Amino acid sequence: MSVSQGMSQDAASPSTTTPEDRAGSGGGAGAPTPVPAERPRRGGHGRWAQRAEIAVLAGPALVVFVTFVIVPVLMAAYYGFFKWKGFGPPTEFVGFENYLIIFRDAEFLAALQHNAFLVVMSLVVQGPVAVGVALLLNRRIRGRSVIRVLVFVPYVVSEVIVGTGFSLMLATNGAVNDLLEKMGLSFLAVDWLADPDVAIWTLLLIISWKYIGFAVILFLAGLQGIPEELGEAAAIDGATYWKTQRYVTLPLLGPTLRIWAFLSIIGSLQLFDLVYIIWGQYVAATAGTSTMATYMVANGRNSGNFGYGSAVAVVLFLVSLAVALVYQRFVLRRDTEGALTGGKK
Amino acid sequence: MATVTAAPSAARASGTRTPKGPRGSGTGKGGPLTYVVAYLFVGLCLAPIAYIVVGGFRTNAQITADPSGLPDPWQVANYVEVLGSSLFWQQLGNSVVAALLTTLGVVVLGLMASFVLARYAFFGRAAMYSLFAAGLMFPMTVAITPLYIMIRSLGLMNSVGGLVLPQIAFALPTTVIILVPFLRAIPREIEEAASIDGASRLGFFFRMVVPLSLPGVVTVGILAFVASWNSYMLPLFILNDETSYTLPLGVQAFASQYSVDTARVLAFTSLSMIPALVFFSLFERRIVGGLTGAVKG
Repeated sequence: MSVSQGMSQDAASPSTTTPEDRAGSGGGAGAPTPVPAERPRRGGHGRWAQRAEIAVLAGPALVVFVTFVIVPVLMAAYYGFFKWKGFGPPTEFVGFENYLIIFRDAEFLAALQHNAFLVVMSLVVQGPVAVGVALLLNRRIRGRSVIRVLVFVPYVVSEVIVGTGFSLMLATNGAVNDLLEKMGLSFLAVDWLADPDVAIWTLLLIISWKYIGFAVILFLAGLQGIPEELGEAAAIDGATYWKTQRYVTLPLLGPTLRIWAFLSIIGSLQLFDLVYIIWGQYVAATAGTSTMATYMVANGRNSGNFGYGSAVAVVLFLVSLAVALVYQRFVLRRDTEGALTGGKK
Repeated sequence: MATVTAAPSAARASGTRTPKGPRGSGTGKGGPLTYVVAYLFVGLCLAPIAYIVVGGFRTNAQITADPSGLPDPWQVANYVEVLGSSLFWQQLGNSVVAALLTTLGVVVLGLMASFVLARYAFFGRAAMYSLFAAGLMFPMTVAITPLYIMIRSLGLMNSVGGLVLPQIAFALPTTVIILVPFLRAIPREIEEAASIDGASRLGFFFRMVVPLSLPGVVTVGILAFVASWNSYMLPLFILNDETSYTLPLGVQAFASQYSVDTARVLAFTSLSMIPALVFFSLFERRIVGGLTGAVKG
């Protein structure tokens, strides 16, 4: 989810909600500009009462949010211009030097490439499979509600558990290789975690396993929103099941698909937990699975370079922002009417 | 995700369409192939979990001799040992406290702020909404380094507060985005009726808004709980004392400390996922219901 969605929702809000908001004033639908809703029966006093209510209700959330989200983000931008070990106020201003180092560091560029690989391949692998499974589970089959719960289990289990389990399973003498050997497929048994040619695919596999349940549940929710009558109408017109799915269901699922793709892209760009848990900060770089985030932690806090780490965080943010804006510009824009604001009366 | 899904449900809430519920709306009946594929997929989803749970019932000798076999005989010693360690219970307690406080904070603060954003018209409302929405662009990864320094200078290292406050803050954007449409969907006639009956705006909030937005609140609460339960990066930075660890850090520390004792690691790992799974299966209907279903008002 993005700023852009928020803004699009917001842009729509004056016209769609002001009448509701002003219901208390009894004025009905007026000009679509958010004017403070005064309540006539309280006169001028009501305005102050309302301000107090707003302050009391929104104040705590605003304070917590600004203190622990906005301020740290701004501080990251500030620290990024300093060479700083994290003690006392930062004094050694170095301008853009940290940023120059980042983009000259082959290790960072490699991490960026890994992120790009994961962004693309997660979409390619998870998308079709999740759509297929969601369509399947949308049919009337026995035990459907149980299956839905079970499919979601990997998403609920924590990254640490997934990471620990998979590192044990995928070890060279672990269960997976043993199983392959028993099935007579020992030529497939490789060093899943340490071989630089294989490790990133292993990571892709683990990510897909972990997050595909989320995609399935999301798509199922989207499918529930498609009226059954459309499928029936298509059937009456002679469409086969597959044609109905292809020409009726999938296009209507479009908005859900595009939102999912967006979440998946951002998630892949900011991937940290699984890599750090399974490979650790040093092995990730040599096994070819490092991401921008693991690079940031390894070269920032873990080596005491807080200025440099902050600069990496800024780069990570800017990359995500750029991708989000491009995505918003070219893909999501067509949805902003239907998917995001259509539901609001 | 919830933006998409919450909005249609809000539309249904306002009476435009009666939902049939998740069961009745499937298209077509499944043939045998459907079952095969469905069960295969479920099997793939569950196999790694099963490996962890079942592996805990084996001994290290069994695991070394046959890495992919079943327990023979089944051993409960690993589980008993983990359950007997005070560190496990301590870390479980830490996780529970952090998750509950986070959920409470997110729900209370989020609901109040969303109410203001949804049903008050005032100067700066759009800006406030955009501020919260902008938070979605700042994942914890971006803020973690300065956040760590801030928590350190506030003296909140190794404390629940140092963990919970940032978690609440980072959950607020999603919460606001999910709850605002819910609160907007409450028909204005209800507010008028409450107003005629003499309820103030705040009275309306507590008596009407809170109960009516319950499905949204439950969704938000569960998301916050699960996120806190599974969170890794923030505890990694904030907690460095084993007794203040939450379970994810505990599992990792345990796994590296007893790296030769695979069976015990598996037992510890599977025990630590039970609470999240129980919580999820209890609220599964509410989660899916909150995402897809209806406000029953």
